[in-house]
Order: sequence, then C-alpha cells, then structure tokens
Amino acid sequence: MSKVLIFTEHQNGTLKRSALELLSFANKESLQISAILVGSHSHSVISELGSWGVTQIYQLNDTSFDQYNPELFDAAFFEVAQQATPNLILASSSSLGKDLFPRVSARLNFACASDCTHLEFNNGQIKATKPLYSGKCLADVQFETTPVVLMRANQLPVMEKPNKNSSPQITSIPAPSLDLKTVVKNIVKGTSQRLDLTEANIIVAGGRGVKGPENFKLLNDLADVLGATVGASRAVVDAGWVPHEMQVGQTGKTVAPTLYIAVGISGAIQHLAGMSGSKVIVAINSDPNAPIMQKATYGVVGDLFEILPKLTEEFKQVLAH
Amino acid sequence: MKIFVCIKQVPDTETKIKILPDSSGIDAATVKWVVNPYDEYAIEEAVKIKESLPGSVVTVITLGPKKRVADVLRTAIAMGADEGIIIDAPESLDPLSTAKALAATIKKEGEFDLILTGQAAIDDNASSVGPMVAQILSIPHSAVISKLTVTNESFLVEREVEGGNKEVVQMQGPALISATKGLNTPRYASLPGIMKAKKKVLKELDLNGLNLEKTLGTKFTHYRLPPEKPATKIISGDASTQVRELVRLLRDEAKAL
Repeated sequence: MSKVLIFTEHQNGTLKRSALELLSFANKESLQISAILVGSHSHSVISELGSWGVTQIYQLNDTSFDQYNPELFDAAFFEVAQQATPNLILASSSSLGKDLFPRVSARLNFACASDCTHLEFNNGQIKATKPLYSGKCLADVQFETTPVVLMRANQLPVMEKPNKNSSPQITSIPAPSLDLKTVVKNIVKGTSQRLDLTEANIIVAGGRGVKGPENFKLLNDLADVLGATVGASRAVVDAGWVPHEMQVGQTGKTVAPTLYIAVGISGAIQHLAGMSGSKVIVAINSDPNAPIMQKATYGVVGDLFEILPKLTEEFKQVLAH
Repeated sequence: MKIFVCIKQVPDTETKIKILPDSSGIDAATVKWVVNPYDEYAIEEAVKIKESLPGSVVTVITLGPKKRVADVLRTAIAMGADEGIIIDAPESLDPLSTAKALAATIKKEGEFDLILTGQAAIDDNASSVGPMVAQILSIPHSAVISKLTVTNESFLVEREVEGGNKEVVQMQGPALISATKGLNTPRYASLPGIMKAKKKVLKELDLNGLNLEKTLGTKFTHYRLPPEKPATKIISGDASTQVRELVRLLRDEAKAL
C-alpha cells in the first residue's frame, strides 16, 4: 500500500478546507496516511485526523514552530520525511506550502510540483495537472522520483468524513537546534480578516468601472454577505485605489474559486488568465462587448452602481432562508 | 557588496499561447520574449543597492537556449547590472535541475552577500527555484518581499503572507530574497545603458560543463488548451429583474452558493 505524508494545515485548531481536500483524496485512493501537524495549539486536531483515517501524526508542537521560519521548518520537515519514508507528499499550494516544500524537496532530492489543479493515480503512478502561463494552457506533470504535490485550494472534492476512529500514533518532533540566520521581528496584521484570494471560495473583484477607491465599499458589502474575498484588476491597483496583494491576474494572484464576480472589469488577457480557473464567473459590466463577457457564465449588462446594492440585498434575503 | 540576480526569460503576458501539434510544449516561434516581470523588481533592487553602496557588483544569471535568453541579460545590464552569465541549457529544464545549475554557477564565482530573484516566473508560477537555490547553498531565504533595508551584513525585509498580513524578518547574510510587486518601480533602460549592454561580453557556460549529477525531477507532458467554456448566458431586464434572475441561476442552475 502506498504511503502518503500530508501536511495538514489548520487555523486555530480547525483543519483548513485544503487539508480536508487532501485527506479526502488519500481516503478515496485507500492510501496509508501520515500527517504533519504544526503548532503548540494543534492538539484539538488530533482526534479529527484520526477520524480521517490518519494512523501516524508527526507533531511539531514546540512553541518555536508557532511562527514560520524557513530554516527551522526545513530541518524539521526533512526529519519527518526521513522517518515517514513516504511514496508521496501532499500539501496545499498556500503561501507557506510554496515557501517551504521547494526547499525541503531540494534537500530530499524529491520531485516537487506546485500550483497543481488535478491529481489522480494512473497505473499506480501519480499524475498531476498544472496550469501554465496563468492557465492559458494546461499540462500533465510526471514525477521521476518521489512526488511532492502542492495542490491549489478548492480543486479536489471534500468527501463526507469517514469517521474511521483510528487512534493515530503520535511522534513529537523537537525543534532542531540550529544557528538560525532568520529572525521574525514582527507581524503586521492586514486590515482584512477574510480568506486569502488563493484560498477563497467566492471572490468579488472590481475594475476601473468602479470609478474610485471609495466605491469599493459596494464590493465589500457584497463580499460580507457572501463570505467572499475582494480582489481587483491591475488597472485599479496601479492607480493606487487598493493594495497590490488584491491584484488578480498573471502578474498578481492566480485564483480558482467556485464563484468569481467581476464588477466593472473589462477583462484584459492577463486578468482573464488569472481567474479563468473559476468554476462559475459572473460579469457585471456596462459594456456588452467587454472581453470578460465572452468568458463569463452569466453576463449582466448594466450600471453596477444600481445593480450591486440590489444584489447584496437579494443575497441577504436568499441566504437567510 | 557582491550581488547575484537570477532572472528568467518568459513569454510576454500579452502572448496568446499556441500548442505544438504533438502536445510536447508551446510554439515558441510565435512568442514575444521578455524579462519575467517579478525579476525586474529584483534587478531594480540590486541596482539601487549598488547605487547606495559604491563598489558593489551586480551579476545577472539566466539559464536557457543561449541565443534567445541573452536578451534578458542585456536588458538587465542596460538597467545598470555589471556582468551577465548565461548557462546554455535546453528549453524548460525542471526547477530542481535549474536550481542546482544556478547554485553551482554562483559557488564557482566565489563569495557573495545577496542573491535576488523574482517571487515567481509567470510561465510555470512554481515559486520554487529561489528557495531551492538557498537550500543548496545552505543560506537563509525570504520570499515574496515588498520592502528591503540593507544594514551591516543583515537584511531587514517585509514579507507578504496570507490575507494581506506581513512579516518583518531579519536575515544574516549571505541570503536569498525573492521580490514581489511593491518593492520598487523598475526603471527604463537609458540610451547609454542600452549602448553599453549591446557591447557587453557575456560569460557563457554550458549546462553539461557544470558536471552536475542527473536530477530526477518533474516533466511536463500533454500540453493542451483549457476546455472551452459554454456560451455566456446574458441576463436581461431592468436591474431588479436581472438581480433576481442572477441569484436564482447561481443557486438553482450553477449551484454556486
């Protein structure tokens, strides 16, 4: 049986959806599952992992692991991989995953592919799909040695929890004693408490048609009702209306939510590339000939200043039921 | 200060991608090639450091088919970099092989203080080569940096993480830093800079000449265009009708709520 090692990310003791997606895949394929669990407040996740069929947990629960440090995590994850001897490593292509796993893979001489959107076994070989050029094309990824696959969030289905109640064996991994060259001095909290764009299930994004930074309030109101994250086109980021971490597109964030609502965005090729992986796309625009209208699932031609407040109200009513 | 900048040549973001008939890759013939946009921030930052610390040397390195990728080194030199090194290699080498070649080249060149690169190349968006190079050279790295302050042998950076949060990180050099938007505004090359870059003799290395062990890595196959989306459903009527119909479709037809 194939042994998979999954990095199960959690937030304040709740497994992230991306972790549930990876656990679902491992269950579907009947793999023997080990998990890496990080943080001194991660105890509540252990029984949850057991019910997902995890039989072995490598716990990094020293307080020094509460803050990400590439050198420290690199050494600890290397140690875990040495002990677990997996045939496959799975993690989310999150900000943390993309920072850490290339470094660990280089140390292990494993084959790492980030930003993958599909995963399957084909004659016993793992095969991933990866968008290239921000989704302008796709390719299959083949692995010549032990695969380390970093999956984008919201790509794999989450199954009903199998309630396996395997009591996982727990191995505590101590903090490696290293002469660390990296020190995190301070964390500056962003203003937004919303999910990151790359993990969001719903995104409301605004472009030049929004006419000014103050009007992003209309998008924020809609996002609040939907539990969505707000994004933006490059044009409005370059105009200084919103910070650049909100930019969706080939030189910003590549996103793939279930629902993408583009408000006043005409749809430059770079923007379309960055969001074309979205499952359902709504375009609200005054111009019926805007390129985004070709890509949208649903097109609403009209005045966004009239439509958005009504849409927020309508969602409020529908979602209350 | 001795600075290396690792850069990559990528298709311009305006490029429409065409797939080769045998699905083995994209048709490179129709592509307009440019410096990876995130690498421009890395070049600019290196040149800025050089301007503030006289005596610094900025060396740009790239890897790929030498005839084609030489252009990005000349662009960087026109912006103010001093030296350029090409590692002549086939198209689309995998990230770990690329990182090993870059690390071996930097090691050969001797001591250094800082390696800069872009936080991702917009072609494969892997964000992998930077942290891999740092691991191979046993130095710290900090990725997705929007602010950098150089002090005595240490680097103070602001790193963008999830949800708009930022970490302020201090690293003892030598270190690797990957740049993102916001770090600076890359300059346009000056005319004298362009003239100088044209005449500059670039150092050429051959990938095989680096005598690296064969790396087992990743291979991309079966290139294809994304599946066509079904035609757009245009929702008409006055604003209230449009909104009601849209929400109904999202709930009942698309099941997106």
